[in-house]
Amino acid sequence: MSIASLSRRTLFQAGAALLASTALPRFARAQNAPSGGRLIVAADSEPKNLNPAIVASNGVFFIASKVVEPLAEASFESKDGLSPRLATSWEGSADGRSVTFKLREGVKWHDGKPFTSADVAFSALNIWKPLQNLGRLVFANLETVDTPDEATAIFRFSKPTPVQLIRNALPVVSSVVPKHVYEGTDIATNPANTKLIGTGPFKFAEYKPGEYYRLTKNENYWSEGEPKLDEVIFRVLPDRAGAGAALEAEEIQLAAFSAVPLTDLDRISKVPGIKIISEGYEALTYQLVVEINHRRKELSDIKVRQAIAHAINRKFVVDTIFLGYAAASTGPVPKNAPEFYDADVPTYDFDVAKANALLDEAGYSKGANGTRFSLKLRPAPYFNETRQFGDYLRQALAAIGIDAQLFNADSAAHQKAVYTDHDFDLAVAPPVFRGDPAISTTILVQSGIPAGVPFSNQGGYGSKELDGIIAKAAETVDTPARTELYKQFQRIVAADLPLINVAEWGFITVARDTVLNVSNNPRWAVSNWADTALHS
Amino acid sequence: MNRVLRLIRRRAISSIPVLLIVVVLTFLLLESASGDAVDAYLLSIGGGDATVAQALRQAYGLDQSMFARLWLYASSLARLDLGWSVAFGRPVFDLILERLPNTLLLMGSATVLSFGLGSTLGIVAGAKPESLGDRALSTVSLVLYAIPSFWLGLVLSIIFAVQLRWLPTSGIETIASDKTGLARVTDIAWHLVLPVSALTLIYMALFLRVMRAGMAEAWTMDFVLFARSKGLSRTRIVLRHVARNALLPLVTMLGLQSAAMLGGSVVIESIFAIPGFGRLAQEAVSGRDAPLLMGIIVVSAVLVIGVNLVIDIIYAALDPRIGASEPRA
Repeated sequence: MSIASLSRRTLFQAGAALLASTALPRFARAQNAPSGGRLIVAADSEPKNLNPAIVASNGVFFIASKVVEPLAEASFESKDGLSPRLATSWEGSADGRSVTFKLREGVKWHDGKPFTSADVAFSALNIWKPLQNLGRLVFANLETVDTPDEATAIFRFSKPTPVQLIRNALPVVSSVVPKHVYEGTDIATNPANTKLIGTGPFKFAEYKPGEYYRLTKNENYWSEGEPKLDEVIFRVLPDRAGAGAALEAEEIQLAAFSAVPLTDLDRISKVPGIKIISEGYEALTYQLVVEINHRRKELSDIKVRQAIAHAINRKFVVDTIFLGYAAASTGPVPKNAPEFYDADVPTYDFDVAKANALLDEAGYSKGANGTRFSLKLRPAPYFNETRQFGDYLRQALAAIGIDAQLFNADSAAHQKAVYTDHDFDLAVAPPVFRGDPAISTTILVQSGIPAGVPFSNQGGYGSKELDGIIAKAAETVDTPARTELYKQFQRIVAADLPLINVAEWGFITVARDTVLNVSNNPRWAVSNWADTALHS
Repeated sequence: MNRVLRLIRRRAISSIPVLLIVVVLTFLLLESASGDAVDAYLLSIGGGDATVAQALRQAYGLDQSMFARLWLYASSLARLDLGWSVAFGRPVFDLILERLPNTLLLMGSATVLSFGLGSTLGIVAGAKPESLGDRALSTVSLVLYAIPSFWLGLVLSIIFAVQLRWLPTSGIETIASDKTGLARVTDIAWHLVLPVSALTLIYMALFLRVMRAGMAEAWTMDFVLFARSKGLSRTRIVLRHVARNALLPLVTMLGLQSAAMLGGSVVIESIFAIPGFGRLAQEAVSGRDAPLLMGIIVVSAVLVIGVNLVIDIIYAALDPRIGASEPRA
């Protein structure tokens, strides 16, 4: 497998499934895939709360999405980019005050009780809206959920709520848990948060802390003939080299989320029987961003920000830091979100001379030692690539006479320094684009966010125009109009540079050839794996 | 016997201030690290709003002053309550009980093997100082001692687990295998071969060098000269006179190394994915989980104090002068 091709992904999402399925045999679904077998997968974290209705994060979904299902899942081929799960259809009203979900009938919870609209209503009102990290935002205006019958749930909102947002958020925010297990208990400490009960293709069987999670086949799964596998085991391998070694030794069959580091891919791709797959993360695009503290006088000058943008060689970043498994960014919305992406924005070519000229123009001339001014640079420690980009950025800034001092800290310390204490001038961050700009993208530039909110605008930037567009889009029900607002949003962000978008990337899956139906949807690693099979 | 009891009582009393200092220092160290348990948790779930952060800080008691929290922790510790881990959402005691046996097994085997092999090879090397055998062993031990444990662990794993596939790459036992009884014991032993070897090789080198140095020194002593002039056989001199005297510093080393090995197991446990104590400590630090980290450190401190007590008792048995002049309390 060669380099991630973003244009190919875009094709997919545009619906060119027919063309793609011939071009890329991997996606030809092995409908007659064999049944049975135990799939062993590398896991690197053990979330303390495994309930995806409360914690909507990739670490939780990786394991929990096989057990607890959302109303709909992301899809390459289907309409709206969604394929039905517990909901079979969804329809927003014209005034944006309600969304009607038709639910799948005949579905049973793992404990044998029937799944009904009451479960959806309970999950939405008692968990997603008040407790879930992302649901608190998406369902902020949710007032009631009507359940006229067991297979219909009507979400009613106090303010017009764009159906486009609800639709895009569904795979992430709508994990349904059983009302009869949670009702009348303290939801945050319910034992079912670690010993999950869902409707998914796999049942939660066992967790041995520090060793593994074991999921077993749900014999009564609603989709005929699925799941294919008898068991899925998530084996905890904390060391960076562990997943690669275990794959080579055939102790595990699959490692997702780049558990095998990029630098090892070239070597491991030459091992017979191992394949490297860069698809299957299109709806989980991570963005490499330079966060800017606009309280610093120099950085509040647009010319200085433009100079920094011109000083970064995006091609070098993609080729050298990401070894080609990434794409250069143009703005705050990634190319992987073709519904919103707008290429027609101001761009900043790599041009050191121009950057130097801009800084001279801004009045920051080089001192005797060739330095204009010093900055405090904090690269986020969460990925190798963010740390490496920090090192690169220091050099790139040195070339334009800005002396950046690196401050490396561990995760918790970095988090506090940037998002609570504002103790930075520049920071390197890896925010995620979650299908809709309103979920976790606009918050990166919106003003008025209290200190202490991770992955938000803590750089003191404020633009009335941008805030206005964000507020307007939040209540624009008409999908084309809302999309247009987000195109404007991208143009303003790219022109005014509240932050600098450098690159965007998805993760890499490394699997044995025996694993079938891998990466066949844009959130594959965090989807239910009902059709995933093992070739014996 | 009386001597031993006195020793134990004295140690138990003196360990209380030691534990207290350990608790306070750990707490202050973790406190001085930027970021708290809520920062770490919000990061792990990919963000959250200010209300959530505040509610969590309240729930974890992080909104209270540093002294209030330290007092709360110390007083519950005095009641032998290790508290609640915020990063794992479980009682600290349960977590420690779950992980400790794995680490003890790993460390215990490595200690016994490295001490046994190290002292034996040390005797071989020290029996004839400056001989070819001595030089060879000294060189090898120097090289082994210079190797970082993570590197040795990785290399052993690549050779024996990935390339040759003789041994498993990682884990404490075959996952979800339902093995019981002897089959399970064998399985665990099989999984421990590589991690124990990695730890053993490095610590063995240390014991070898100390033993050899002790022997070299003992050879110059008058009693050795006397033993030789008595016409004792060389083997007898080496074992009864030289080695026995060289063993004393080695036993002291054993006590010191038991603490160092707890630290060394962090790396080995991560590389070999063994759910042990060291890895738990690492997770406690990155999660800014003060109760868990302090629980781990207190238990480690008790372990090290216990091991040193045992060492002192052995010492007293080896050298009758020790403990004879103890002040009577």
